[in-house]
Amino acid sequence: MRWPAAVLLVLLGGGAVALQAVHERRGGPPASASENLLYVRSPEAMRRLALSYDALLADLYWIRAVQHYGGTRLSTDPRKQYDLLYPLLDLTTSLDPRFNLAYLLGAIFLSEEPPGGPGRPDLAIHLLEKGLRAQPEKWEFAQWTGFVHYWWRQDYEEAAAWFGRAAKLPGAPSWLTLVAATTLAQGGSRASSRALWQDIARTADQEWSRNAAQHRLRQLDAMDQLDQLRAAVTVYRDRTGTPPDGWEDLRRAGYLRGMPVDPAGVPYRLVDGAVSLDPGSPLNPLPTEPARLR
Amino acid sequence: MRVIGYVALNVFKESVRDRVLYSLVAFAVLLIGASYLIGQLTAGQDMKIIKDLGLAAIATFGLLIAVFIGIGLVWKEVERRSIYSILSKPVRRHEFILGKYAGLALTLLVNVAMMTAAFYLVLAYMDTQFEENVRAIWPAPAVDPGMLRAIALIVVELLLVTAIAIFFSTFSSPLLSAALTVGLWVIGHFNADLRNFEAVVDSPAAAFLARALYYVLPNFAAFDVKAQVVYALPVPVSYLVTTAAYGAVYVGVLLAGAVAIFARRDFK
Repeated sequence: MRWPAAVLLVLLGGGAVALQAVHERRGGPPASASENLLYVRSPEAMRRLALSYDALLADLYWIRAVQHYGGTRLSTDPRKQYDLLYPLLDLTTSLDPRFNLAYLLGAIFLSEEPPGGPGRPDLAIHLLEKGLRAQPEKWEFAQWTGFVHYWWRQDYEEAAAWFGRAAKLPGAPSWLTLVAATTLAQGGSRASSRALWQDIARTADQEWSRNAAQHRLRQLDAMDQLDQLRAAVTVYRDRTGTPPDGWEDLRRAGYLRGMPVDPAGVPYRLVDGAVSLDPGSPLNPLPTEPARLR
Repeated sequence: MRVIGYVALNVFKESVRDRVLYSLVAFAVLLIGASYLIGQLTAGQDMKIIKDLGLAAIATFGLLIAVFIGIGLVWKEVERRSIYSILSKPVRRHEFILGKYAGLALTLLVNVAMMTAAFYLVLAYMDTQFEENVRAIWPAPAVDPGMLRAIALIVVELLLVTAIAIFFSTFSSPLLSAALTVGLWVIGHFNADLRNFEAVVDSPAAAFLARALYYVLPNFAAFDVKAQVVYALPVPVSYLVTTAAYGAVYVGVLLAGAVAIFARRDFK
């Protein structure tokens, strides 16, 4: 009696796995009206419903926010929608107001320009200000608010004010005062942008933030290199009257020593005299160059 | 006192026979599985999340044991009619109730102690998976003895839930007892709203009633310091002592009520 039961168990178990595989191959259930569904959007309601599981629910919403951002960013859909990103971050930080990474990384996620993010620096600032209300001593939130104003909104006066405010908070590094002054004086210059990202790459305590800063620094290096290459192409064109056909022309003319590659190791493109990043380079898209403070 | 001990030991043995300790296996699998998966999903919050999960799991498993065993302790003896043979022995009714309570409390203590040991083992293992610069930014070390403060209050909370379950089980069916116990546990987390009720209602009578309920109903939110210990925020010893004393007094009230009701029950 035992053997037949065991065989039946194996058969039924195998059948369930096989049917699941068939189900998956057929594309799962029919698509619903919207995959982006959030049953409870009110942080206040969720805090009450959480009972004593608020921290654990915050973790779940954080994981969902990371998945939503990463999944949307990597999707091939040309109309990438990050609709749930802010509500998920809002829920996370309402359930656990000390979830520092959710404020800091969330601000980066929200600020990124499309298609890499929703391009909502206003919401990023809103989130960071919420963090500051929960933890008024947290200078990093003020620093990042300044940074969002600087990099994504290109509002250098506001950025300088926030850097100055961050510098006055307990435990803030002394160089923030200098950053505030430099931002006011030279906001928008590539040098000051580089200095800001270097500060973040040096001081951010989360690996993700450091990586993001390193990525931005490589993009700034690429922008410097693109300027130099474009200058070389202009000089070549002025001298010969025609644009170079490829990098080999520039190398033979003595303007280059070899094939130019970007900081990610991907060769630059030269088409009809126009120099650009290769579309396959991980440094795409390059950030919009901040306008100099007038 | 010795009789209470015998009854308690019997309850503990019975719960072991009923495979209650299997919950520990589920706890260990959950924690170990989650600690592996979480690293892939959380963008650098592994330690915080595994601590949140571990503490929440200890509280949840304990709550399930307290409710679902607590509600059947008295009812089962009545239903099986074994209560006649027990009470025909030199076991007084209050000894029976207190023994049952102590037995389940012992079961819970053993469970929580073993879950805590497994939790710390997982944390110690995870600690070895990170480099020094990552560990430096954690608000507290992985194997942080400070978390025992939250676990201590979870134990007090579970003892209170057990007392509530036993109280209800002395006069109602298991289903109703479970509903009432869980209901009271849920309401107990909304105590702060009852305190502030007068701010949202105009009626002084309603405000007075809400205020009265705030003092009478058990305040379960007071036992929850999980988030504080995960962020290594201070939880003063005085807070622990007063909260534990509050729990102990409440347990005393409920057990006294359970004994009083059970003493008047007619089993004929």
